[in-house]
Amino acid sequence: MTVNEIINPANLVYEKPKVMNDTPMHYCPGCSHGVVHKLIAEIIEEMDFQEKTIGIAPVGCAVFAYKYLDIDWQQAAHGRAPALATAVKRLLPDRLVFTYQGDGDLAAIGTAETIHAANRGENIAIIFINNGIYGMTGGQMAPTTLVGMKSSTSPNGRTVPLNGNPLDITKLLAQLDGTCYVTRQSVHTVGSVRKTKKAIRKAFENSMMNKGTSVVEVVSTCNSGWKLTPEASNDWMVENMFPAYPLGDLKDL
Amino acid sequence: MNDTKKKNIEEVRLMKGNEAIAHAAIRCGCDGYFGYPITPQSEIMETLMELEPWNTTGMVVLQAESETASINMVYGGAGCGKKSMTSSSSPGVSLMQEGISYIACAELPCVIVNVMRGGPGLGTIQPSQADYFQSVKGGGHGDYKLITLAPASVQEMADHTVMAFDLAFKYLTPVLILADGVIGQMMEKVILPPFQPRMIEEEIREKCPWATLGKPKSRKPNVITSLSLEAEEMETINIRLQAKYHKIEENEVLYEEFSCDDAEYLIVAFGTSARVCQKAVEMARAEGIKAGMLRPITLFPFPTVAISNHANKVKGMLTVEMSAGQMVEDVRLAVNGRVPVEFYGRMGGIVPSPDEVLKALKDKIVKQQLVIN
Amino acid sequence: MAKVKGAVVVNIERCKGCNLCVVACPSQVLELSIEANSKGYNFSTMVVPDSCVGCAACALVCPDACITVYKVRL
Repeated sequence: MTVNEIINPANLVYEKPKVMNDTPMHYCPGCSHGVVHKLIAEIIEEMDFQEKTIGIAPVGCAVFAYKYLDIDWQQAAHGRAPALATAVKRLLPDRLVFTYQGDGDLAAIGTAETIHAANRGENIAIIFINNGIYGMTGGQMAPTTLVGMKSSTSPNGRTVPLNGNPLDITKLLAQLDGTCYVTRQSVHTVGSVRKTKKAIRKAFENSMMNKGTSVVEVVSTCNSGWKLTPEASNDWMVENMFPAYPLGDLKDL
Repeated sequence: MNDTKKKNIEEVRLMKGNEAIAHAAIRCGCDGYFGYPITPQSEIMETLMELEPWNTTGMVVLQAESETASINMVYGGAGCGKKSMTSSSSPGVSLMQEGISYIACAELPCVIVNVMRGGPGLGTIQPSQADYFQSVKGGGHGDYKLITLAPASVQEMADHTVMAFDLAFKYLTPVLILADGVIGQMMEKVILPPFQPRMIEEEIREKCPWATLGKPKSRKPNVITSLSLEAEEMETINIRLQAKYHKIEENEVLYEEFSCDDAEYLIVAFGTSARVCQKAVEMARAEGIKAGMLRPITLFPFPTVAISNHANKVKGMLTVEMSAGQMVEDVRLAVNGRVPVEFYGRMGGIVPSPDEVLKALKDKIVKQQLVIN
Repeated sequence: MAKVKGAVVVNIERCKGCNLCVVACPSQVLELSIEANSKGYNFSTMVVPDSCVGCAACALVCPDACITVYKVRL
């Protein structure tokens, strides 16, 4: 059987989800954002929730998330996505409301909004991309930047005396009574992509069942900011990020 | 007594200005209030929490973790086409400026109440009008304007709440109710507005086709954003905003005149200052000084034309504010040098007395005119 | 034993040549092309199509959703 014979709609096993449109994404080659966007699109399609979903985009690399997924979006000020999501979900309690935030957005400028939304147990899903760096503004140090890790504002590596400790905000969020599901995943292998998809789906289902706040951290790469190839970034992440941010469920009620 | 009459009489109530805002918000079909406590306006949220409108109209009331969160909750609610509001006082409103700028650029309707207190800094909890510049000149970053209403009575606190939502939805822009600690705290009789139901979702979809309620197959995704990286695109948005503000200036100016018909001297004052000045005008008249008062009700749009017309008739003007002199700049722009425009004000939480105002009118305007003549 | 045969179609213009699909493929089917797309990226392409089993590993890890996967049981 030739390749052309195999390429037939009847034999289709995977294609770009329809909720994701044809606009080329602005992300750098190999960026984890694209994989997570794709998973969100797949899940919304599988749940048939396009009409019921409102996404809240952050400030950061994912500021343009609204260009790629055909759902209703609000684009928040830096760090404020959980505040917007709080109001949207309370005013539209039967909708699926999720935020999509990076580490700078969620764990630095938006720490208060994140912690308080989670502590109130807002029925929202928070998708948290942790690549330990400010990607959009050119690779500055983030709250989650590892000790010793170089960035444009820690050119000789982060040091505790100068910069303080990396913030494991996901661990913090798991302690709060308002969170029902807190998990840390990645998207660097086929297996991890499948696990992250299951996690995001569970978070979305929790939002619809009004079970409380769900947090899915995706430990991610920023190969441009890290100044490595996409492949080397994955290896670096496994070697350095995972020990500081170990994968797995932190809470699942 | 017929039922309507009976009901109307029942609607006359005695309450604080802050409480009137809370009652009016529920009655005009507000969907969501998000706030953070700060003196002298905390009664707004306290009254709402006491009234529990979620059990009656379904209105959401939420105490947020900060003014920053409050205004961004308003942003989220407004993006869904819901009647959303917040309230605060001067330092809290400073904290909200980022969100207000976003809402103005995203062209969303919402209502913000500022019950001003003395500043700068943490200042005092006493009443002030020193947030005039912040309110009418922009406040946050970028070229935007807020429709700014200046209530001078408890009745207007209620009426302006209803009017603010109407204007916000008419022009898709944030509307600010700029009161001060006196109007917020004092008790007066008030006739509360009639109940109107909250908009149902079909109504929102029809009236606010831009609202993010979830994307049906029949339309493209709705996106609420204030971001346009292309300079040309961003300029187009700015041109649209400026055209809107121009239209507001043409159509929505509100002011009140007191003893102006034969006035030789005009006092310009808003809010609490206007109440003081009204008394000062009466005292001046009793002494034979032909004084009148113009009270701007909308601070943006400013009653520039009305003040300009008075400049052709009066010998001089005195602007009275509880600040170092902010609105006086707009009065001078309107007068454009035709007659003297002087200023009298108290700062830091002090309310001027009618005697002080009368003295200032005599010393700064009337006597000077006698010298000139 | 049923034999499985697969094939992938890469959206060449959407591909940014990040190479993650090449790494993810268990059968070494894919490689980056020598020629580039209009943006200058060396896009992913099947070099050993016969080895493809249609497992979709490449598509799953692809950040730009540019791989469509087909599979038949022979």
